[in-house]
Amino acid sequence: MNDTAFVSTGQVGRSLPRVEARAKVTGTAEYIHNFRLPGMLIGKICRSTVPHGRIRHIDTSAAAAIPGVYAIVTGEDIRKIIPDPYYGPAFHDQPILALDKVRFVGEPVAVALAADPHIAENAARAITVEYDELPAVYDEVEAVTATAYVHDVLKPAGTFADLKHLVGRRQTNVALDFHLRRGDVEAEFAAADHVFAHEFRTQQVMHTPLEPFVSVAEAANGAVTIHTASQNPSFVRVEIARLLGLKENRVRVRTAFLGGGFGGKLYIKLEALVTALTLIAQRPVKVSLTMEEQFFTITRHPCTFRIKSAVTKDGRVTARKCEVYYNGGAYADIGPRVAQKSGFAAAGPYDIANVHIDSFETYTNRPPAGALRGFGTPQLVWAYESHTDLIARALSLDPVEFRRRNLLRDGRPQATGTVMRDAPLAAVLERAAAAIGWGQPFDRGSGPVKRGRGIAIGFKASISPTASVAIVNLSGDGSCTLYCGTVDMGQGSTTAMAQIAADCLGIEAETVRVIAADTDVTPYDMGTLGSRSTYHMGLAIQRAAADAKAKLAALAAELGVPEGTNLPIAELFRRKYGAQAGNIIGTGSFMPSHKSPDPQTGQTDDATPYWMSAATGCEVEVDTETGRFRILRLVNVADCGTAINPRIVETQLTGATVMQLGFTVYEGMEFTDGQLRNPSFAEYKIPGIRDMPARLEGEIVTSRQGGGPFGAKGVGESGTYAVSPAIANAIHDAVGVRISALPITAEKVYRALREAAGNPLPED
Amino acid sequence: MTAPSRTIAFTLNGRPVTAEVAPHHTLIEVLRDGFGLYGARESCGQGLCGCCTVLLDGRGVSSCLYLAVFADGAELVTVEHLAAGGELDPVQEAFIEAGAFQCGFCTPGFVLMTKQLLDEHPDPSDDQIRHYLSGNLCRCGTYPQIVEAVKLAARKRGSV
Ligand code: FES
Ligand code: FES
Repeated sequence: MNDTAFVSTGQVGRSLPRVEARAKVTGTAEYIHNFRLPGMLIGKICRSTVPHGRIRHIDTSAAAAIPGVYAIVTGEDIRKIIPDPYYGPAFHDQPILALDKVRFVGEPVAVALAADPHIAENAARAITVEYDELPAVYDEVEAVTATAYVHDVLKPAGTFADLKHLVGRRQTNVALDFHLRRGDVEAEFAAADHVFAHEFRTQQVMHTPLEPFVSVAEAANGAVTIHTASQNPSFVRVEIARLLGLKENRVRVRTAFLGGGFGGKLYIKLEALVTALTLIAQRPVKVSLTMEEQFFTITRHPCTFRIKSAVTKDGRVTARKCEVYYNGGAYADIGPRVAQKSGFAAAGPYDIANVHIDSFETYTNRPPAGALRGFGTPQLVWAYESHTDLIARALSLDPVEFRRRNLLRDGRPQATGTVMRDAPLAAVLERAAAAIGWGQPFDRGSGPVKRGRGIAIGFKASISPTASVAIVNLSGDGSCTLYCGTVDMGQGSTTAMAQIAADCLGIEAETVRVIAADTDVTPYDMGTLGSRSTYHMGLAIQRAAADAKAKLAALAAELGVPEGTNLPIAELFRRKYGAQAGNIIGTGSFMPSHKSPDPQTGQTDDATPYWMSAATGCEVEVDTETGRFRILRLVNVADCGTAINPRIVETQLTGATVMQLGFTVYEGMEFTDGQLRNPSFAEYKIPGIRDMPARLEGEIVTSRQGGGPFGAKGVGESGTYAVSPAIANAIHDAVGVRISALPITAEKVYRALREAAGNPLPED
Repeated sequence: MTAPSRTIAFTLNGRPVTAEVAPHHTLIEVLRDGFGLYGARESCGQGLCGCCTVLLDGRGVSSCLYLAVFADGAELVTVEHLAAGGELDPVQEAFIEAGAFQCGFCTPGFVLMTKQLLDEHPDPSDDQIRHYLSGNLCRCGTYPQIVEAVKLAARKRGSV
């Protein structure tokens, strides 16, 4: 099938309001948060108070004695009905409730069930657990050589070929080691005009979707139904079926609108727990986390990145060595994919002949880390774009010009050997530079307050290979229903997918009804993640629509309607069935080609179906007397191929910018001996309306993604890539100091200023 | 729970109602459990995000913290009331036209605070907008579009 054969009928490219807009402003949009069932029990979780320890004893007697408590459930109770209750997309390492051991503070240990949430909560508090504490490890670099092991034995899930060599491995905290080798970096370093080496770090942060994680399960007649705020119901179905030894058709997973996801609501979160609880209690069970509990569920990886480059005197980067340590916390979740898929792009969007990358996913005694809007990419861009800026400054080269000289152009191989196509990196960089007024004189401030500008660019490959399947259903009156498993968590997929289907069928997008993901009716989709839906599901929908059109044409031929008559669909059905009756079902699926990287060298000529890129320009004002800084302007420019709905794309871009702004200057999970000190919006501050830069803009560059539906590709993550280093680079430009560990705070800036002045503040 | 409950009477979305509430019950629990109203949503549960905002005697309160017993005698408006007649409030229209939400979870709170703002300041300054909406968080980061929506709503209300 030729996917580019579709000529737009004008539905793609329209900035129509979200199709569910009315439901959202009237408060009637469905979220699982509000879902209830008759007879439903509420589960409240008792969590580990130690970072690493053997469970000696769990005393549930006081909790069970509280009037109104239905049951107290522990890991051992679950083991009785699910003999091997461990789950995970990469490793089967996470128990539904702790078994034998706990591995981080906040790990679920037991659950209290009651119809009244207050009673369940009191009961959960009345459970007492005794532990024999074990030595713990928290730092991702130390984890590699530490002798405290988070897991006794590694248990890869078997779904990922590149984890097979880890089966049964003991005495290690390394859950994945990815290596890329291209050329000879050491020879280049020995011969280079200049060699630069730096280390950068990022902190642990959390998605904090405003709809906290929530799942409800019910069971009857050997089948289970799970209502859940999940970004990948198909995965949940397969994994729950595996745990219970059921066929997929006995497990139904349905979603509604998600109140934010950002990568947090992927894979198994509460689904296995509510399933086990409903099977034990024989009543429907709901578990709804508090904001505080979300911090103990899934987070973004802290990361340490050591980067070293060889540079010629005229500013060409000839070699780059990257050592990336991702802190995956106590359970792997999708972390190994983060380390591998992001690892191979760790050298940045530059044309570098010699590249050496080692990327490690480590286990530590912290809350688990997984996907968060960028799949490891923002951590990488933070490092390589800070590094790039430092090199430009050291060589007295203009930072934009230095990037321009080294940028990877279309048709050139990226570090994996995969040739770059349809990635308008140069256009993105130039647009961001122009938007911020790069190269033009500006007010650099006076007195103690100085101004500066910074720029940064990042890129990311799509997660590959993954499949999407879609169904287009035309009813007797000609109306169209679209069944697609893409989950709308705010990115606007319901609207975008309706636009794609409508455009293919030549109807109005508003008339298409999109059915929310429900594995009983919507076909398989790998997941709403990694900015993959527009491209993968978009192509599946195009194919489903083409299939429906072919069937319509066949029906017309069967009825003897001459070609080109343009008879309304309803009339075709009427002639066929003699009434308003019947359906035409078009199906389509898509999975891109892909070649796994060579395990030794990371080389492959087909790493990804497409690349996404974004550049950020920033202007700041820094008070040299206090270190306080204000972001005056933040411009984020991204490439998304054809924008299906330009308005929604812009909102996504500015939204991602705001989120990454939070991760850059406000947010950070703070620990003392493994205890999280700030799991609340009172102490973990996310951006509010007062924190918006005076000017915050999102822009898209015109481009076209070959092979994409109507030339489109994803953009949900792009706005996060380059924000952090653009801000650090602007601060450096303003006051000459470099912050190398996120978050960037006034205190860090002030300390750096004092240090630069030869008058450092004492460490506290 | 064994705490003694008490009957309170208040006006809910224009109608007089009564509810049997225990001393520890929050307003949001009563709206959900007693009246089936789900537009106010509990997110942070600590009065910090504004997702649970309702208007009590015209002023936005965090219903996750507000004890239901204190609503006795009050006039309460939830987001469900705004389009009660089937027609959207100008604030709601403006939020749609400006694309001022993504996941929509925070939206009822922002809509109600905007309504209070425009009732008190029909032509608000940027500072007033930021001030009134500073207690509402949007994790999708839709703030630029929300500011646009507030201004649009002010124009819409001004012209009717
Ligand atoms: S839920 Fe009430 S303010 Fe956050
Ligand atoms: S629109 Fe998602 S939190 Fe505001």
